Amino acid sequence: MTLTWMAWTWPTAVFFATIFLLLAAMCVWEYVSPGGNPRFGILRFETTRGDRLFVSLLGSAFIHLAWLGLVGPNLWWALALSVVYAIGVFRYV
Amino acid sequence: MNKTWNNKAWFLVLPVMLLVMFSAVIPLMTVVNYSVQDTFGNNVFFWAGTEWFEQMLNSRRFWDAMGRNLAFSFIVLAIQIPLGVFIALNMPRKGWGVPVCLVLMALPLLIPWNVVGTIWQVFGRIDIGLLGHTLAALGIDYNYVRDPVDAWITVVLMDVWHWTSLVVLLCYAGLVSIPDAYYQAARIDGASRWAIFRYIQLPKMKRVLTIAILLRFMDSFMIYTEPFVVTGGGPGNSTTFLSIDLVKMAVGQFDLGPAAAMSIIYFLIILLMSWVFYTVMTNYDSER
Repeated sequence: MTLTWMAWTWPTAVFFATIFLLLAAMCVWEYVSPGGNPRFGILRFETTRGDRLFVSLLGSAFIHLAWLGLVGPNLWWALALSVVYAIGVFRYV
Repeated sequence: MNKTWNNKAWFLVLPVMLLVMFSAVIPLMTVVNYSVQDTFGNNVFFWAGTEWFEQMLNSRRFWDAMGRNLAFSFIVLAIQIPLGVFIALNMPRKGWGVPVCLVLMALPLLIPWNVVGTIWQVFGRIDIGLLGHTLAALGIDYNYVRDPVDAWITVVLMDVWHWTSLVVLLCYAGLVSIPDAYYQAARIDGASRWAIFRYIQLPKMKRVLTIAILLRFMDSFMIYTEPFVVTGGGPGNSTTFLSIDLVKMAVGQFDLGPAAAMSIIYFLIILLMSWVFYTVMTNYDSER
């Protein structure tokens, strides 16, 4: 079976590998500290660390899209902003 | 109460995870791969980077389709929610009328999307359709094939006909769950019909109404089959919603790169809505 129809490229492979590693890291975190660390943050509803990862990834996607549409194709600053956003989400949400 | 942790149960979820992997995750990965490349067929791809995303985000065509989709969702919600509540409030609570009304309400929901589209496509035709022919006989200039406003009216009416029942059934379920004691207390206090609605029925319907609004928003935002069958996205592009535009781009023009970029943006919006839906639902559950 070949995967040529999936049209893999190195950047997209690295992207998915990063997502996969993040999920694996979350599994390890859950194993070390079970229960998901639920808490009420600034959004005023209960979130677990899985919720916080989801909000971080989804928000990062929109940050990148907004940067691309409003600023330009150099996405390194968008990535930096997303990292700051993700830290904020894990700290306060 | 102490919970028993048994992680072996995860093995039971394995089949569905494999199924989702093959039916959703792998196709999604492929779409992401397509979105950063260009192709002319034969499995030959050229790196395009973020070009298609930029093109899509700066495309008038994309934002027009998005605007039409949002307008459509807003209009159908503005009609279906009040109408659904009104019908539910006036449905009988006991006697033979209950099953009759429930069956009548459920009927449109059982009809497949393409059949609904075909019914309304024929219904609105001015030569043979009951609606179109009657309006023409009354001297009203109605033609959904030629006039964008008529096309919109037809598509909105069709959606209202198809989906208001869902709102009705959800609201009705909320209404019948209100104990009689509430109404008796209201009668003793001499509450008006409006006060009963505002302070008893509406709060009790809050949960189901939220579900109805979110379900109808998401469904109307993803609408494809019905307007495609009735108008094909026309006249011009007047009823071309996001999903119709996406299919035109991917299948009609074979622009796989831009179509993949558009799919991802569309998917992210749907994902955001789904998250809101999930969060609202689970928070209501925890509040109860």
